[in-house]
Amino acid sequence: MTTALALRVEQLSVEFRTRSGIVRALDNVSFSIRKGETIALVGESGSGKSVTAYAVMGILDPAGLVTNGRAMFGEIDLLAASPRRLAAIRGGEISMIFQNPRTALNPIRSVGRQIADVLIRHAKMPLRKALLQAIEMLRTVGITDPARRASAYPFELSGGMCQRVMIAMALAAKPTLLIADEPTTGLDVTTQAVIMDLIADLATELGMATIFITHDLALASQRATRIVVMHAGQVVENAPTADLFGQARHPYTAELIAATPDSAADLDDLAAIPGSLPDLRRSDLPPCRYSERCPRKIERCAQPLPQTVIDGEHVVACWNPLPVHARLKRAIGAA
Amino acid sequence: MTVLLDLEHVSKFFPVGAGPDQLARLKRRLSGGPERLPKVYAVDNVSFVINKGETVGLVGESGCGKSTLVRALTRLVDVSDGSIKLGTRELALKPARVFARDRDRARIQMVFQDAGDSINPRFTAFDAIADPLRRLRHARGKALKDRVEAVASQCGLPLALLSRFPHQMSGGQRARVGIARAIAVKPDLLVLDEPTAALDVSVQVIILQLLQQLKRELGMSYLFVSHDLSVVRLLCDRVLVMYLGKIVESGPARAVFERPWHPYTQALVAAVPRFGDKATERLRLKGEPRSPIDPDQNVCRFYGRCPISASDCKTKAPALRRFGNRHVACHFAEEFVVQRISPVHEAQANPQI
Amino acid sequence: MTDTTAAVPRESPVASLFRHSRYVLAQNPVTGFAFLLFLLIVLAAVFGSQIAPYDPLASNTAQALKPPSAQHWFGTDQLGRDVFSRVIVATRLDFFIAVTSVALVFLMGGLAGVAAGFFGGWTDRIVGRIADTIMAFPLFVLAMGIVAALGNKVQNIVLATAIVNFPLYARIARAEANVRRDAGFVEAARLSGNADWPILVSQILPNVFPILVVQMSLTMGYAILNAAGLSFIGLGVRPPTPEWGIMVAEGAAFMVSGQWWNAFFPGAALMIAVFCFNLLGDGLRDIVDPRRRT
Repeated sequence: MTTALALRVEQLSVEFRTRSGIVRALDNVSFSIRKGETIALVGESGSGKSVTAYAVMGILDPAGLVTNGRAMFGEIDLLAASPRRLAAIRGGEISMIFQNPRTALNPIRSVGRQIADVLIRHAKMPLRKALLQAIEMLRTVGITDPARRASAYPFELSGGMCQRVMIAMALAAKPTLLIADEPTTGLDVTTQAVIMDLIADLATELGMATIFITHDLALASQRATRIVVMHAGQVVENAPTADLFGQARHPYTAELIAATPDSAADLDDLAAIPGSLPDLRRSDLPPCRYSERCPRKIERCAQPLPQTVIDGEHVVACWNPLPVHARLKRAIGAA
Repeated sequence: MTVLLDLEHVSKFFPVGAGPDQLARLKRRLSGGPERLPKVYAVDNVSFVINKGETVGLVGESGCGKSTLVRALTRLVDVSDGSIKLGTRELALKPARVFARDRDRARIQMVFQDAGDSINPRFTAFDAIADPLRRLRHARGKALKDRVEAVASQCGLPLALLSRFPHQMSGGQRARVGIARAIAVKPDLLVLDEPTAALDVSVQVIILQLLQQLKRELGMSYLFVSHDLSVVRLLCDRVLVMYLGKIVESGPARAVFERPWHPYTQALVAAVPRFGDKATERLRLKGEPRSPIDPDQNVCRFYGRCPISASDCKTKAPALRRFGNRHVACHFAEEFVVQRISPVHEAQANPQI
Repeated sequence: MTDTTAAVPRESPVASLFRHSRYVLAQNPVTGFAFLLFLLIVLAAVFGSQIAPYDPLASNTAQALKPPSAQHWFGTDQLGRDVFSRVIVATRLDFFIAVTSVALVFLMGGLAGVAAGFFGGWTDRIVGRIADTIMAFPLFVLAMGIVAALGNKVQNIVLATAIVNFPLYARIARAEANVRRDAGFVEAARLSGNADWPILVSQILPNVFPILVVQMSLTMGYAILNAAGLSFIGLGVRPPTPEWGIMVAEGAAFMVSGQWWNAFFPGAALMIAVFCFNLLGDGLRDIVDPRRRT
């Protein structure tokens, strides 16, 4: 079944020029997302998941440089598009919501006005109509008394409400793809549940594809149908959710699951991940950036990473993946 | 079980508006404003005990008052009402301002959420860990150095890192420095305020296991404050659930999470993402919490958001009642304690309740 | 980020400071240059009277107003004194004024400011009113008034400079203390047994210091200019004491008749010193603030 793709990222590599050297933040990151699909980009800090999103959206820090790759949005390569073209796509066809809603909103502009701005820019609406539509958007995202709230400023609203406003802004122009970068990290867990429900409902209604970026594996397992696991700037595994948790093949994925509190019945059952992140400034990084901490390392790991396809949908970048039916907890050790 | 810390009817109010400022109060009086300012009831009539050697969890979301409660019982802030007894000694009598020099200061210590923020950026790790030893134990010279190194090793901190500044260390290392500093004076009670919130999942494991180990080695009691229920479930013996300044439920950690009784606890537990669990909209809380300013003491704090929200709930606030080794503050506790049915299902099945 | 347990050699705080200083100077040659210049100024201040070829006070009317030559590098002034010697010896006085003014205003303004920011309430109000009162005056006029009232002595110039700069330091210190008063490390310090004043001195002040350091280097330049200005109008330092300001004042009269060297060289010295202090500011902050260390 080949449904049309909303976005296809191919061999994306990004470097940052810093005072202490060149940081090779992303190394040949590839994944795709179908129209209407919800996937999660999962990894710890330093995995490059946010950098991927920022690169695709064209909002990388000025010190960042895309050294390779394409990001195909339909016929257009986002990484090669002109600034004008990108600006038209951003907010209109591809939207992004960020981690801290209060700082992502303009503090001196009313929330209704900020939503209207999106409509004026991308849906080419006149001001009055845009303001009315903004009130409707506020209602859609579940803000009570939207007509009055539209003239409120971000500081007058709670964290959860600000996040709803950001969702309203992101969805105002009915984009085909939404990138949500840790949208609920600062929020209470009950608010998180409501916000995630809201995004899921609106995505279904609009037929919108969604990329969730998160470090919370349990959250990803609940909301995404497919999960892309990243480590040190590389994609290590890409699989439908059930397959990933039922049978993780990459050693890092298995370790990550075993380190998540939710997976353990007892504190002693939790396992820390061995080793530490390699320094991404090194010029002698091995082809597999997990190999130096991996107990399953073999000679072949010195070769460039493979993209081993298991069952069509499940891809793992490993020369020595975990065998099928290996136990997830403390499985590493037996080759 | 011997009681280490006993809190009774502890309340903390904050006046809204001008506040305790003399000049502003005078201005207000002269301009004919109200005598008594409205107050935010951050902590409202909270009572519980922490026993020796126990790990008690304190959960609740933003605005529930757990931060204020923690600052009150660590004596960083004064209480408006109530008693805090450490052993036989009443701590609330001594103002927070001067408690720093008190002889019992070392007995209650805290590990902060953001280790980076809680270490002076101009202090090295050594200075940070040495500070309480210098002030509270009057340690000097070689004795001080030996103690700092011993504590650092106990927390798995390589000695070479002692000369580093916080920004030169990783998140996990900073967390260790924060823990080392807190246990250096051998406290009886260690309050942990979301100690792993800012850490990656793999580092979190290491720190949690370290905390468990230290507790065994040093025989401390823990008060573990967190919004992350999965971590609280693993680490704590007992848990207290707070909502809008009040304790709504308490009991053994595993029992409370596996069979929550209070509707708020149910919603909380239902909202936590679990592996392999598809999200369910059944127990979603609607709307915003009630205002914490001058709340009506006859109305249940959860009224309006609670799926039950019956007429009883707005005429009489439920008290915290005991059922075996658990406590719940809800009028409908019996329904689900005895029948083990979720009250939400009950409400949906019988709308006239 | 995961834990690193790699072995790192442990170095003493002094060695660490040295290494960091070398790094800062290597990274930014302008700062290095400023430091060199500063060193020269300090040397001139300390050894000035030894290096000077002539007695700065010795007048020789026969040699008056001679242009720069091999015997008198900077020429001679209207009383036949060697301008070069006077410029070099004046360094000590001007440098002394700069350093003491800055030290005094740092202590006064810094302490008052952090107390105001940390305690709030009445302390904040009183310090605020004092600062407002000072700022109500045109600053040079105020300086003039203080020196005129208290007498033409060097210590009064220093005091006047400190008072005039007080509001600026108090304001900066207050803002920084205010931001930090609820910081995690302040609470941690209370838990560790620190009462209010120890927190102020050992926790807050060291954090405020790097921010004030940049301001201090700028104030050094201002202090010299202030002293020069006061001397120019007859307040402050009296002749025949060599001081750059007086020299410029006296020499200004001769510019028109073509004897430029009288005013030019002390003026150039003034300019170089102020320039050097300004450049120094950034470099000093980089060295003093531990957050800049890698």
